[in-house]
Parts: sequence; C-alpha cells; structure tokens
Amino acid sequence: MTAPPTYDAVVVGGGVHGCTLALFLARGGMRVALIERGPLCREASGVNAGTLTMQMTRVALIPYALRAHRMWATAREWLGHDVGVVVCDGLSLAFTEREAEILSFRAGKRREAGAPIDLVSPARAKAIEPGLSDHPILAGFCPVDGYASAYLTGLAFRRALVEAGATLFENAEATGVEPCAGGYAVRVADGRAIAGARLALCGGVWLEPMCAWLGVRLPVKVLVNQLAVTERTPPVMRSVVGVASGLLSLKQFANGTTVIGGGWQAVGDRDRGGFALRPEALIGNLRLACHAIPALRGARLARAWAGLEAETADAMPAVGELPGLPEAYVCGGVHSGYTSGPYIARLLAERMLGGEPDLPLFPVERLLAPAPEAAGASPRVPAGADAPEGDPAR
Amino acid sequence: MTAAAPPLRAEAAVIGAGPAGATAAAVLARAGVSTVLIDEAAAPGGRVWRAPPDVLRARAGGPELAEGDALRARVAGAGAQLLAGAVVWSVTELGGRFRIDVMTDGGMTDHGPRVIEARLLLVATGALERVSPFPGWTTPGVIGLAAATILLKSQRMAPGRRLVVAGAGPLLAAVAAGALKAGAEVVAVADLNGAADWARAAPALAGRPALAARGAGWVAAMLRAGVRPGFRTGVRAAHGDMRLEAVELGPVDAEGAPVAGAPTRRVACDALAVGHGLAPATEITRLLRAAHVFDRARGGWLPETDDACRTSAPRLYAAGDGAGVLGAAAALAAGERAAAAMLADLGRGPAPRPAPGASRAARFGAAMGRLSRQRPAATAAIAPGTVVCRCEDVTRAEIDAAFDAGATDLNQLKHFTRCGMGPCQGRVCGDAAAELLALRLAGRGGVDAARRAVGQWTGRAPLRPVPLDALIGAFDYADIPVPDPAPL
Repeated sequence: MTAPPTYDAVVVGGGVHGCTLALFLARGGMRVALIERGPLCREASGVNAGTLTMQMTRVALIPYALRAHRMWATAREWLGHDVGVVVCDGLSLAFTEREAEILSFRAGKRREAGAPIDLVSPARAKAIEPGLSDHPILAGFCPVDGYASAYLTGLAFRRALVEAGATLFENAEATGVEPCAGGYAVRVADGRAIAGARLALCGGVWLEPMCAWLGVRLPVKVLVNQLAVTERTPPVMRSVVGVASGLLSLKQFANGTTVIGGGWQAVGDRDRGGFALRPEALIGNLRLACHAIPALRGARLARAWAGLEAETADAMPAVGELPGLPEAYVCGGVHSGYTSGPYIARLLAERMLGGEPDLPLFPVERLLAPAPEAAGASPRVPAGADAPEGDPAR
Repeated sequence: MTAAAPPLRAEAAVIGAGPAGATAAAVLARAGVSTVLIDEAAAPGGRVWRAPPDVLRARAGGPELAEGDALRARVAGAGAQLLAGAVVWSVTELGGRFRIDVMTDGGMTDHGPRVIEARLLLVATGALERVSPFPGWTTPGVIGLAAATILLKSQRMAPGRRLVVAGAGPLLAAVAAGALKAGAEVVAVADLNGAADWARAAPALAGRPALAARGAGWVAAMLRAGVRPGFRTGVRAAHGDMRLEAVELGPVDAEGAPVAGAPTRRVACDALAVGHGLAPATEITRLLRAAHVFDRARGGWLPETDDACRTSAPRLYAAGDGAGVLGAAAALAAGERAAAAMLADLGRGPAPRPAPGASRAARFGAAMGRLSRQRPAATAAIAPGTVVCRCEDVTRAEIDAAFDAGATDLNQLKHFTRCGMGPCQGRVCGDAAAELLALRLAGRGGVDAARRAVGQWTGRAPLRPVPLDALIGAFDYADIPVPDPAPL
C-alpha cells in the first residue's frame, strides 16, 4: 500500500534558484512543495550585492545573464513584487596597463557573447559617471547593468509563491532524501517526510551534501564573499562600477547607502556560514572602492558581512537531471548566480514541465566525482579550464 | 603609504574598562599576564564610575568619584596597558588568537586603525539603554535616562531647564537628584513602578545598605525640592515639533500598560529623560558567535557563561552588565572571577572556586533588574503609527505587516523592513522590535519563549559605524592586495 506522492515536485532550497523554479512549476500547474532550512532567500540570495552586471559574468553565461537581466528589470510584471531593481549604466575600470589589457580582452570576449560592452576613454567614463576619480586609464561601458536590493528577494518571492499556490516549508531543514514509490521522499528535521514525483535540489553551497543523500558526488567549492554597506549619504555615484579583475562591485542605492563588494574572501564554511570577516581584506576592498569613487571617503561604514557562493569544479553551472535518477534534478553552482538565477531556474522549470528550454541546460555528468569508495579522486576537469587561451589574467 | 602600526600583542585583552573589565585587567596584569585594556572613554570607570574631565573635577565629588578613582588607581598600579579613547570596530578569532581592530580617537583624527592580538579575550562592554517607543520619542529634547547620567557625570549639566524624568529603575531618582543639583527644575518624575513594586525590592535593597542609602539620598533631594514621584505612571506622548514642548503622562497598570480611559496630564517642559531599563551590550559576543540565552530579569539576551565567566566560545569570557545586568558592585566581583578563570586557563593560577551563590550585590542588582525589566504589556500598547526604528523610520504597523507577510525572526524582519539597518545598527530598536514580533508569535509558551524563537540580530562588524576615510588612511594603489581575477 503505497500512496502516490503528495506533490508533483519537491524543491529543496529556497534561494533564488529554488524559489524561481518552484514558482514556475506551480504556475505551470504542478503541486509544489518548497523546503527551506531558514526563511526564504536569507543565505546567498538575500545577502549578495544585488549586482545585475554583464561585466562580471562568465562569458558562457552572458546569453543567460542578458535574459535574466530582462527578467529582473521586469520583476514587477512576472514576479508581481518589487525587489528594488534599478537598471542603469555599468562601468568596469582599469587603473594600470595590465588591467587595461585584461579589460580589453575580457570585454571583447563578452561582447562576442552578446553583451553590449564598449571600451571608452577616461573622459567618456567620467561623463557617464561623474563620481569617478581621475585614476582610470580605460573603462568598459555597458548600458545593460543595474542592481536589485537583494534583501527584498525573500519577501517578494514569498508573496509570489503563496499566490501561486506553492506549499512553503520554511524553517524546515531537509536531512535526507530517498527514492520512494513514484518519486522521492525528503526527510525533514522534525521527522516529516515530504514526497514528490519530481525532486529538485537547489541548495547552493549545500548542493554537495544534498547530492550525497542520493549517493551522488558533486563537489562544490565554497566561496565566502565579503560585503560592506555605508550609511546613507548624499549622492556619490549614479552607475554600477567595477574593475577589470572583477574584484569590485560598487553602487549607491536610492536610499543613499552604497554597497561595496567584489568577492573579497572572508572566513566561513558550509556549517557556520560566513562567520568572520578579514579586516585587512575589508580595508583593501574599501580602498579599491575609494580609489574609484573618492567621495565615498566621506561616508561611514555601517555594516559588513559575508555570504557563501557555490562554485563547481569548472565554475560553470550544474543544472539538469542527475544521471541514473530519473526526475531528480539539481540547479545551482551558477557564477554570479543571483544575476542569472531566475532565467536559469526558469529553463529548468520548462524542462521539468515537459517543454524544451530555449537555451541548453548544464548537464551535471562532467562534474561528478567517482563514488566515495574511490576517495581522493577529483572530477576530471582540464587544468586551467577557467581561463581561456589569450586571457592576460591567466 | 602610511605604514600600518605593528599589531600590539598580549596574552589577554579586555574590552571595556568599567568595574568588571578594569578589575579583571588589574588582576591579570598584577599576576604577570601581559594585558591590554581597551575603552572608548578617555579613562577607566565605565558609565557608573565615569571620570569627570579634569576641568570639572573640583566640582565633582561623592562616593562614585571616590570609587572610580580607586579603580583607576588600581589599573594604573597594576601595569595593564591601557588603550583609551579607542573604538573597537572588529573582533575576529583565527588560529587560536583574537584580532581586535580599533580606531583611536574615535576615528575622527588621523591616528587611524590599530590592531591588538591576544590569546584570551574578556568582553566587559556593559549595558545599553532601552527606551520603549511612544509617540514623539524621537523629538529633540528627549534623551535617555542613562544618557542623562553621562551628561550629568561628565559635564555636570542637566539635559534641559524644565525636566521630566520618566521610566523605570534606580536611574530615575539618580537623574532627578543630579538634575536638581545641576540647577534644573524637575517638573515631574513618572515611575512605571508603584510603591508596592519598590516594597518587594526592599529586602534586596537592605542587603546593600550603602547603595540603598545613596538611593534614599536621591529621593530625599527630590522631596526637598518639592518633587514627588508619580508611581505607576508612564509617558503617553512627547509633544513638540522641532523641539520638545510638553510631555503627556498617564497611569499604567502593574504590567506597565497604559490604563485605558484614565485621565492624562500634560506637563510643559523642554527636556524629557526617559529610560526603560538596561540591556547587555552583546555586540562582540554575538559577532564571535558565542551562545546566548534570554533572561528578561537580567536585561534580555546575554551571553551564556559558566560561573567563572567563560562563554561557549573558546578563550572568550564575558563579565559585568554585558553578561547580564546586575550593576556595578556585582560587576566588580565578576571581574575578579573572570580574571581568576583566565589565570587558571593560562595555567597561571588555581582552578577558580565555584561561585558562592548569589552575592548581596547580585541580589541587589537582580532586584533593580526586575524593576527595570522590559514589559511586554507596555510594548503591546505601542500605537500602530509610532516609529520603532528611528534610523529607518519603521513604525509598529510596518513591523506587524512584516509579521503578517511571514517574518517570524528578527533578522528576517530586518530584510523585510530595514528595521535595524541604520546607523544605530539595531541597538536602539532591537528590543522593541523583537518584543513586537514575539507578541505576535507567542503561543502557549508565552512571550519569553517567543523571544527565544525571534532571536537577536546577527552580530556584524563594524561594531560602531566608522568613517571610511579613517579606516583606509592614505595608500598607494599598487599596495592594495587585489586578489587574482575571477574566472572569465
């Protein structure tokens, strides 16, 4: 006597990937359960810098990120709720000859992939961003840029998911999953089992332990990105500003606060989150910010924090079905995952609903390590795969 | 590029030079442990034993000055290295050492950042003032009770000419008497507690006759000036546009809730000193992810400690009001206990003896704490339009709406409303906001159980807002340690 699973799909992980996936599955007519250890979008999806830039996006993700940018810009229409998205110009700066080389090369590659990036003179850059210092010698300019208020993501998705009829299990930690008759049953810490015909693991940095529940070894590296925000100040800038290396992201929000990030590493891990800052890295990040936008020197630092970002072995996404486990999917490991997440998760929703996605998914076979018996083996990813031929940063 | 000063290395660091921290630092230093004592103020003493500026010393006096001077002499004689006028903005723990980043001179001059490294860390950061919001509480002219004591102690100055003193606890009489001495007119004293509440505290007061006598002296000074405390009275509203013009007072019940329909009284004034108790300053113990417990009578959330002041985090200790509000006398004893435990843990002293049970000082402090506790019924009565988070202008109605939208813990509320995201970093609004959520969440376990579920703000650096300019100093671009570029 086995009852069929309660849900058509169970999504584990309530970040931007899991929420978007659950939302489109629910709107597609499925009975959906979304299980999240804490409240929705309170890990990476709620604490990231909210940058919606092409100039820090991996080249192969540009087509996805451009479509995701359009989704963010029209969030009120499809999501139905405000995430504070502002579309504005974006600049990526080079301060040295070497950085100018990196910038030229990378802007060219991203342009080839479809991002409308032009190289502009310092004078033109300053016309675009009057807050700029005199230090840049070259800039990449992209009119498709902008930012969201990441901390509003959870509220917006929560409302949309409730309206779409998805069943939310917040503050419910999934502790395991096993195949059951007609699907998969997810165990939750309080002892409940939530079963669905389809399973989607959207756990960000926790994808690795989640996949291990099913005996799948998908190594996921944990990045601990440090961020800082100033108090409200009078306007100091009007665009999104980064640097050639990608190690700065800077923008001032409508409320006057300026968020300073760029992926400088703090201290943290899967178990404890981003639990300690590195003061010297914070100061380095702030110096870089003030080197670009000098008026920031007059602001006070209000808060700094760190969030976890998932990175796969080749720093490309893991989005697709798990081999040998029909109707069990993963969705994560997306570089700058907040920027591209809504579009990539929507693609997976289309596939799970039986459609053919507009752009290809990112099959996970390439990332899988041998079973734990063959311990020590790492996935076979060619060395240097993350820096293409000719990249001066290589 | 200005060369960064080399880190100051010590075996022990103590943050906060009030009774607990200064005592502990003196004991440690005298035992030969290299010790750095750090405080925001110019001299040790903390809030209660705050050192007056030299120019006002001649006009200062009284037992608190003498007690403070004794503490300062003890620190000076023990050989602890004092870092005064230093704002701690970051504390991290890595590889078995604490790293403490401070800004000297409040970061307002170019003394710039400084780093202290220590194996052991004692957090003795005292308490924060709690003010339960009411309409008009953000009007200029409204000041905290504890803030008023700082003004009185450091500058011998009352916060206004015609003063209303309101709230709960022993600071009421202290501020009223101090303001009278400073030449102000005290037009009303409104005490949330009634005579019966004070009577219940009498046995604990009797155990500390000197402190009780000091309190009696304050009350006598009030009565001599014709000021009669209004018992079971609370502030209904502060009136005035750009500055305070009047305060509306009305009766409250035994739980601190306004008595509905009762007549209120409008008192013209130019200043209101109001406070509803003290809460442990837990910024650093939260930042270091130590375990905390909620104990309403000791001020709310506080780091969990054993009876030797050890927190749940290795080599991290907490003592004094920051580990549970019990007052200055109890803090002195806690400083001794913390130092004994630190010496033992360094292998430089015997295992600390178990605490002998609640001392008279602790019982006195606990009685004061009960009088000053946060009262759920008072919070429940906050009007929907009243601003709770003054930095971000978040009202009670917006907090209720966030709860209705699914925010059930304090950090989620922060994301939904920006409550606590402003320059006060949640210090002013946190207790009220958490209590409001807890009141909505409360089930059969009651409000305290709900407070535990609602939690506290995640600890974040900087521990105080710091000017970027002071933080980054002068630098050359080439010296910024920019990490390797992200993959393309």
